[in-house]
Amino acid sequence: MSNIPGELRYTKSHEWVRKNNDGTLTVGISDHAQELLGDLVFVDVPDVGSTFDQGEDCAVIESVKAASDVYSPVTGEVTAVNEDLADTPEVINSDPYNDGWIFTLKPSEASEFDGLMSADEYSAHVEAEEH
Amino acid sequence: MGQRTPLYDVHVNLKAKMVDFGGWDMPINYGSQIEEHHQVRKDAGMFDVSHMVVVDLTGDKVREFLRYLLANNVDRLKDQGKALYSCMLNEKGGVIDDLITYYMTETWFRMVVNAATREKDLAWINKQAESYGVDVKVRDDLAMIAVQGPTARDKVHAVLGSKSQALEDIGVFFMREIGDMAVARTGYTGEDGYEIMLPVADVVTFWEQLLQAGVKPCGLGARDTLRLEAGMNLYGTDMDEETSPLESGLGWTIAWEPAGRDFIGRKPLEQQREQGSSNKLVGLLLDGKGVLRNHQKVVVDGLEAGEITSGSFSPTLGKAIAFARVPKSTGESCKVDMRGKLMDVKVVKPPFVRQGKACI
Repeated sequence: MSNIPGELRYTKSHEWVRKNNDGTLTVGISDHAQELLGDLVFVDVPDVGSTFDQGEDCAVIESVKAASDVYSPVTGEVTAVNEDLADTPEVINSDPYNDGWIFTLKPSEASEFDGLMSADEYSAHVEAEEH
Repeated sequence: MGQRTPLYDVHVNLKAKMVDFGGWDMPINYGSQIEEHHQVRKDAGMFDVSHMVVVDLTGDKVREFLRYLLANNVDRLKDQGKALYSCMLNEKGGVIDDLITYYMTETWFRMVVNAATREKDLAWINKQAESYGVDVKVRDDLAMIAVQGPTARDKVHAVLGSKSQALEDIGVFFMREIGDMAVARTGYTGEDGYEIMLPVADVVTFWEQLLQAGVKPCGLGARDTLRLEAGMNLYGTDMDEETSPLESGLGWTIAWEPAGRDFIGRKPLEQQREQGSSNKLVGLLLDGKGVLRNHQKVVVDGLEAGEITSGSFSPTLGKAIAFARVPKSTGESCKVDMRGKLMDVKVVKPPFVRQGKACI
């Protein structure tokens, strides 16, 4: 069973979202997602300052097995990206919820964050997908 | 539920991720495919390849039979135990399977064929064998482990103890029998090592002994990136019944001489050789970011002209590599359509890596 921290929000497409004190949101992919992908070898992060709609593809993650899009969990502007992923994409495998963060966003619609899944809802979603 | 090798429970206990592979439940990795890959390049890893099919062919006319059955010439097998890689072709010159044949005695040759092609291979071999009076016996009583890497032989020798003396001077691409075990210095990784056939009843103990000796278990994921780096084709992906060896980078496995040897598929192959086959299989190397994938389209001179047959990430090079079937005229570079973007790639001659070192 994969690790699903209770304090985070999640999307159906397996991103996690953490709300920071300054109002920005940090985004990564869940432990379940990294397990499915296997060893990661490249991460193509978005440009700082670019804007995305909720659900728009904004990053690409490639593992030995497959390429996978990362979707913006909410509408907003990218404020920072994890530059370390260029050299060490495997930190997403080893530490998906901390060092494996992908980018931060400044959301433009507060309500979109509130609509994201809780850990319990995401857990049920993962279970449903597996069966 | 798929078929299981005698090592199935061992894999599950080692926390392998099991996947369906041609009807078999096989380990794809035991944690990290990339670590397993490096383990084989730098030290020693082992693969359960018990799903592969060992076939013993016996009879007075077995050599004559194989001379006709295979595109490579078994008359190249002059020393006992010597192995030969060959394609087995259909009447159109397409590849039914690729396989290894071992010369055991003048009335006994052993063949190892792919698991996914088991039924059609056996049907074909049996059909052709009839008129030669050759007996075809499938050795499902044998399991097989491949131990590969620069320290693989030393570690196997340590496990075998005094019995390993028989292996000290074994040549590359030779097999030796040690009791009811057959040890071949062959493999599918580009590293030194052995492929070991042994009774099903003994394989779990032998695997545990290899583990104790420091040989790490490796899954089919690492096996695939290792063989791709080593420039070795995968049947069903890089060639099949619709493609000839000449279009599959396997021209070197066809024995044209002596011209009088008739083998199945010879005529259409000769025709193709005279007219020049329209396609060739080449290696591709991507310097930028991203991973080349099977079935991505290859663009030459602005035209969609070919396709990647096997693409992946090379852990040794840290770059994406691939085999692609492209027009014969393709030069030193081309483009690949990667998720809608045309990326420049170099055309190279495989292998990409041999014995731990980059060769491109």
